[in-house]
Amino acid sequence: MSLELKNVEKKVGQDTHIHRTDLSFQKNSINILLGSTLAGKTTLMQIMAGLDKPTNGEIWFDNKNVTGMTVQKRNVSMVYQQFINYPNFTVLDNIASPLKITGMNSDEIKKKVGEVSELLKLSGMLNKKPHELSGGQQQRTALARALVKDSGLILLDEPLANLDFKLREELREELPRLFENRECIVVYATTEPSDALLIGGNTATLMQGKIIQYGKTIDVYNKPSNLISAKVFSDPPINVSEIKKTGDTFSLLNDSVKWKSSNVKIKDGKYKVGIRPHNITTYREGSNSVEIKGKVLISELSGSESLIHFRNFNSNWVSLSNGTHQMNVGQEAKLYMNVDEFMYFDQSNKLVNHV
Amino acid sequence: MSKITLNDLSHSYLDKQNSDVDWALRNINIEWQDGGAYALLGPSGCGKTTLLNIISGLLTPTKGKVFFDGKDITSQTPVERNIAQIFQFPVIYDTMTVYENLAFPLKNRGMTDGEINSRVKEIAKMLELTKTLNNRASGLTADGKQKISLGRGLARSNVNVIMFDEPLTVIDPHLKWVLRSKLKELHQKINRTMIYVTHDQTEALTFADQVVVMHEGQVVQTGTPVELFEKPKHTFVGHFIGSPGMNIIPCKLDNGNAAIDGVKVSVSSQIKKSNFSKTEIGIRPEFVSFSEEGIPVKVLKVSNTGRHKIIDTECKSGKIKVLSLTSKDVPSGSAFLSFDKKYTYAYGDSWIIE
Amino acid sequence: MNKTINQKAWLFVIPVFVLVAFNAVVPLMTVVNYAFQETFANNVFTWEGTRWFKQILRSERFHAALGRQFLFTGVILAIQIPLGIAIALTMPKKGIGVPVCLVLMSMPLLIPWNVVGAMWNIFALPEIGFLGHTLNDIGFDYNFTQQPGDAWFTTVLMDVWHWTSLVVLLSYAGLRSIQPAYYQAAEIDGASRWAVFRYIELPKMKKVLTIAILLRFMDSFMIYTEPFVLTGGGPGNATAFLSIDLVKMALGQFDLGPAAAMSLIYFFIVLLVCWVFYNLMMRNETQS
Repeated sequence: MSLELKNVEKKVGQDTHIHRTDLSFQKNSINILLGSTLAGKTTLMQIMAGLDKPTNGEIWFDNKNVTGMTVQKRNVSMVYQQFINYPNFTVLDNIASPLKITGMNSDEIKKKVGEVSELLKLSGMLNKKPHELSGGQQQRTALARALVKDSGLILLDEPLANLDFKLREELREELPRLFENRECIVVYATTEPSDALLIGGNTATLMQGKIIQYGKTIDVYNKPSNLISAKVFSDPPINVSEIKKTGDTFSLLNDSVKWKSSNVKIKDGKYKVGIRPHNITTYREGSNSVEIKGKVLISELSGSESLIHFRNFNSNWVSLSNGTHQMNVGQEAKLYMNVDEFMYFDQSNKLVNHV
Repeated sequence: MSKITLNDLSHSYLDKQNSDVDWALRNINIEWQDGGAYALLGPSGCGKTTLLNIISGLLTPTKGKVFFDGKDITSQTPVERNIAQIFQFPVIYDTMTVYENLAFPLKNRGMTDGEINSRVKEIAKMLELTKTLNNRASGLTADGKQKISLGRGLARSNVNVIMFDEPLTVIDPHLKWVLRSKLKELHQKINRTMIYVTHDQTEALTFADQVVVMHEGQVVQTGTPVELFEKPKHTFVGHFIGSPGMNIIPCKLDNGNAAIDGVKVSVSSQIKKSNFSKTEIGIRPEFVSFSEEGIPVKVLKVSNTGRHKIIDTECKSGKIKVLSLTSKDVPSGSAFLSFDKKYTYAYGDSWIIE
Repeated sequence: MNKTINQKAWLFVIPVFVLVAFNAVVPLMTVVNYAFQETFANNVFTWEGTRWFKQILRSERFHAALGRQFLFTGVILAIQIPLGIAIALTMPKKGIGVPVCLVLMSMPLLIPWNVVGAMWNIFALPEIGFLGHTLNDIGFDYNFTQQPGDAWFTTVLMDVWHWTSLVVLLSYAGLRSIQPAYYQAAEIDGASRWAVFRYIELPKMKKVLTIAILLRFMDSFMIYTEPFVLTGGGPGNATAFLSIDLVKMALGQFDLGPAAAMSLIYFFIVLLVCWVFYNLMMRNETQS
């Protein structure tokens, strides 16, 4: 079972909402669409579901061309951000609703509903109506309704976005478990890089209707194909600076920081370096670290981490250190960067070399 | 600018109260100093927005009093209290320009045009809105609109308190981060008392000097972010703060010693009392490590968050999460865990034993 | 979002299509037929081309009726819209008062239109009607069957009584959709009640008010039953609005040609106004 998008493009009037795309998802995979709002994630998911038709291109599901097929014919389930449930049905009826339409007999329905509600910890609430439940429970009901159908394709459009921080954490942890042992393809849209990293699977980074990179999540994170993919996949935002390489020495354009990196074999010239905030710390980390000095602008301590914003010459940097490191605003600080984790991009923003 | 004191505040939205659940807030006692950055942190329904609205005067409490600088202002309106409030979604006057929006509260208080002009320009510069002053407010993005809401609050120079009710809810995630840091920067610059309500611990812990953790209408613990992180007084605080939250594992107390699965666990403070119905050990994943001996566990799953690894393990008494550096190797199958004594606490009936 | 096309749905449309064809399209085409031809009797027709249209567009009678109609609609809108908004503002937002007010407001809308006309006819009768009698007692020389001014006054009053509720209900719905945070922010900003209305309530009711104005315009422009029962178009032609005049011409004088032409012109005026409104609404949508 596979889902393939061949040359899919979506135009509305003059605007291109989705640029020409080829994507291929295999069975039993969780695929994350990562990008900011308006990047095109929802449009793409609606095309995959059959709720929208692409201007050009084809959709193939299970080696069959389903491009013109209505969503009712395709075996698809969808979960939305806004906890969509039938307000007048109990939880039990909500979960059973897609099965009732198929004409399954009521014993079968009861059994399947029982299984899924057990999986989503809803067994004690089957007689309640959605408005009596908390946000997290309502979303679980929507998830249960999506899973009970045994669809080949399950689409989740930022399902955790409206939940409290802690509930989001809990449900996010449960998601991979819900989908294992199911022969289905899961597509999950989110704006949070941490969602992608914690769920795992494969990730596609999107920006303004273009798919920048697609691959295993941890690979896309560690080896972004270009600077845009790196930026999409960083929270807090990645620090970017212009640098030059002469001989075996790299330096920032203002020459305030110089380092050597013998593993990085690229030609002399001007480049851009991408440094994720957690690779700039108040302590030395890694086998190759270089010092950077700056004036502290903002200091945010959260107990587990310290975010120090500082200014070096004309640019602002962000550093993320583990633990509590108190720094006063205005103080001249010395921080250390882990050179081995630097990512180098050429002037066209392509990744040139990464150790 | 004011010192704020909340005295025995309780509030219920119902006319008659039969039990604890009928109260949205119960016996809140808090004292906040001038000029600090404070946060009210808790899950949905814990009463934080109710408390905020009582402080701002939009709601009158069923019981208790509110004092600004020692003066009882419980019956005063928001205008009389001189507060500013920024809501979950941007509240702007659609038909006005950005300039007119910022000038509105000043006009209503009878300032002259000249005074208004200079004040609005000052605020716009602080919030980076100068370029858009003559644009229609409805045309800005969500974060621009929130800045206008914030600007209207800051415009009045004699504001006692600025309150934020989950202000980043509708902001794009990558802009959320920018606006969050901007609020912190703003506080550092102008030093006005700010109270920030949220369910998001990152927002609360990075913004505030002091965080009030609330649960089911009551204050569970108040402290600096570091205090709350390093020594939670209640298992709820331990679980709620930190991502992932604190590990809470059932344990047995015996003569001042704690043990999990029969293995002795050293805790940071002496255990003097022992008559509890429920005893647990709390330890954050950051302070758990693999070792040669300790509590026997089975390694279930390893997740890589890019910054560190989260390892799910299971012992006979429950699940334990471990947080470690990405570079460190993780044993597979069976292993032993040891806890950093300094951050290991014993909890009796959910409250810390010390 | 484009819906994927399902051709089977067209089958459901056929019965409706047939009904509409019989009740609307066929009569409409008959009118068009009459508008371009002359008939004396026994279905004998002679082609007249645009003669009737020219006759109507030049006739003083038509201009007078059109003028009366626009004046009536103008007065109606000027009274009902502000009055409707004002009443909606005073209606309670919570508690038992809400359903009570909503029911009270709905009641005038439920009465059949000819009954409304008949009610007001009796109500305003100078000797025995409560309104007529009271006004005459107070000192006004009131007789709607004989004085054009009084006939207008009564017709307008009847329409206001009958239809303001619609504006009230629509405005109320619009007001209820405003989130409390806006009022709270205005309170904190120290805004006066008028400022709250001008800067928060009115802008937020824009969409709803556009619909209210459009509905009231169309309905009042096509008004027939109530004024016909109330005044019959009198005294004389004082309250002969477009539709009343049209029917007089068609059924009273049996001038089918000009009447058909007039009804087509009437139809196009209404279409034109709707089209203008629609574009205004769409332009507002894209702006916001």
